[in-house]
Amino acid sequence: MNLLTFKEKIIPLDEWVQDFVDWLVFNHRDIFQAIKAPIELCLKGFEWFFTTLPPVVVILLFAIAAWRFAGKRVTVFSIVTFLLVGYLGLWEETMTTLAMVISSVFFCALAGIPLGIMSGRSDRFELMLRPALDAMQTIPPFVYLVPVVMLFSIGTVSGILATIVFALPPLVRLTSLGIRQVHPELIEAALAFGATPWQVLRKVQFPLAMPSIMAGLNQTLMMALSMVVIAALIGAGGLGNPVVQGLNTLEIGLATIGGLAIVLLAMMLDRITQGFARR
Amino acid sequence: MSREVKVAVNNLFKIFGPHPKKAMALLRDGLDKEIIFEKTETTVGVQNASFEIYKGEIFVIMGLSGSGKSTMVRMLNRLIEPTAGEVLIDGENIVSKSDEEMVKLRRAKLSMVFQSFALMPHMTVLQNAAFGLEIAGVDKETREARALQALEQVGLEAWAASKPEELSGGMQQRVGLARGLAVDPDILLMDEAFSALDPLIRTEMQDELLKLQAKAKRTIVFISHDLDEAMRIGDRIAIMEGGRVVQVGTPEDILQNPADDYVRAFFRGVDPTNILTAGDIASDTQVTIRITDGRNPRAALQRLIKNDRDYGYVIDSEDRFQGIVSTDSLRELIERTDSEHLLKNAYIKEAGSANATDSMQEILPEVASHPWALPVLDEDGRYLGAISKNLFLRTLHRGHQEEQAAVAASNEGEY
Repeated sequence: MNLLTFKEKIIPLDEWVQDFVDWLVFNHRDIFQAIKAPIELCLKGFEWFFTTLPPVVVILLFAIAAWRFAGKRVTVFSIVTFLLVGYLGLWEETMTTLAMVISSVFFCALAGIPLGIMSGRSDRFELMLRPALDAMQTIPPFVYLVPVVMLFSIGTVSGILATIVFALPPLVRLTSLGIRQVHPELIEAALAFGATPWQVLRKVQFPLAMPSIMAGLNQTLMMALSMVVIAALIGAGGLGNPVVQGLNTLEIGLATIGGLAIVLLAMMLDRITQGFARR
Repeated sequence: MSREVKVAVNNLFKIFGPHPKKAMALLRDGLDKEIIFEKTETTVGVQNASFEIYKGEIFVIMGLSGSGKSTMVRMLNRLIEPTAGEVLIDGENIVSKSDEEMVKLRRAKLSMVFQSFALMPHMTVLQNAAFGLEIAGVDKETREARALQALEQVGLEAWAASKPEELSGGMQQRVGLARGLAVDPDILLMDEAFSALDPLIRTEMQDELLKLQAKAKRTIVFISHDLDEAMRIGDRIAIMEGGRVVQVGTPEDILQNPADDYVRAFFRGVDPTNILTAGDIASDTQVTIRITDGRNPRAALQRLIKNDRDYGYVIDSEDRFQGIVSTDSLRELIERTDSEHLLKNAYIKEAGSANATDSMQEILPEVASHPWALPVLDEDGRYLGAISKNLFLRTLHRGHQEEQAAVAASNEGEY
């Protein structure tokens, strides 16, 4: 056998992965369905909130948030954005996307901030985590869409899970960076006064890493929005739908308004959250 | 003053780097720290340091950068783990304590002031001052009351609601000091606490510290690279060089008997008149006349003539200084017929005296303006000795000579 001609496949990794996922789906689908439950609950909650509220109230809520955190211009921009998506006939899709994005960010924060803190405090943990984060950021989402669908079935929850994979790394990295940027003298001072490691985290590191963590949350939010179209491919619904539909049927107009709504929504959420982070 | 030992450091070592055990073995074999670094890539931070710090004193650890003084102070509260040796606080060896016990000990007995201030930028001045108490779990009302008291001590109560960044460097360090004082520590560690401040503010802060120390005698361990600072505030000074403690003593001790050239070089350029006191240089070579056996001016005169001296120092039975007589004033008294022949009638009227704690600078006018040696008294008025012009000049000259010798030595080294 000639090992260096590369004429034939020696390592059948593709088959192994295939078999592994098949085995998981066949034997342990119930576990994955259980994982779905909290995400589904969170998503349904937000979706219910945004869809049952009269549109005027939703616009008002965002306008108030923009006014408090980001100023007059962002307030006007928010109102115009909502009016426009409403008049474009995309109100319901926008609300679904909002619920999905907020749920994604919520679960990203739940996992990402603790992971970031741990990797900020331990070089070894960071070293272990780094390849995983690199993989999550660079693997094309199409690669993990199929197994996600196989394990969690089609729908918005799968969309959220795919989004989490994609949007989690910047939050972990920026949280870790924030923790590491705290001046060592401050930690030394806290220790000198008899602080326990937990107190050092709670009273010194975490509050001082807050700006960096907020920047991470903002990045996560932006990346979650950029996943909206891909999530629509696995039936997540929302603003990705018109874009996917437009692509499939070559209706350029439909794709355009979907894309426009996503961009406007992203800009609005970015400005409001950045304003919030600055406070 | 009580000499109760508060902190004892015994054969303390700190070795940084990958092979502390190997380095320790080489150190025991008597190798140099440079050679050890070449062989093992291991840095000797502190080697075989032993000294005692007494309760209620300001103990200055002085040395140039890299001498291991910052490492030393951090081993006293175990922010840095010693490699070998022991640190006893109130007789308890803290090196063998667990992390939990160390947390308790730091809360109960220690606090620290940092060169970079190390104030929490996200907290107000009041919250910063209350930080140690917050860590110790003191409730909000109590800790803020105590923090406010501490801020009052350093004159910053009006700034309680400000953020540290709004304050000048000197004020920030006052907050740092207030934070250290608020927990009412047994031992206050000050790591180059005033080094980042400009000279005027630094002097002001030193005065502030001395004032606070006069009110409540704390044990203060003060790290400094500044000799003037060490001399001003230190009750005793430890001098470190290359991780070793080369000399421990009062500023006067070290100035008068430097242990080696390194210590001597430190004092080059130091004006001895600022540091040496009258008590340090007074000599008791003058003739003293006890008032009990010298009722008779004639006997006193005899004693002076016999010792070939012009002036005599009259003391009572308890050594208390009474006055100065001269051969001239005694003769004059003996020849007079209008007054009693009592010794006190022969005292020189212009003769003054100095306290043992007066600096050389302060006594200079008195020494210079009279032909007799200036008597030096202790706090109870007892005669300790006297300082003649000659003695004064010799002291100055010796300082000068040492300076020149040190300059010559360093010049030789350069060429």
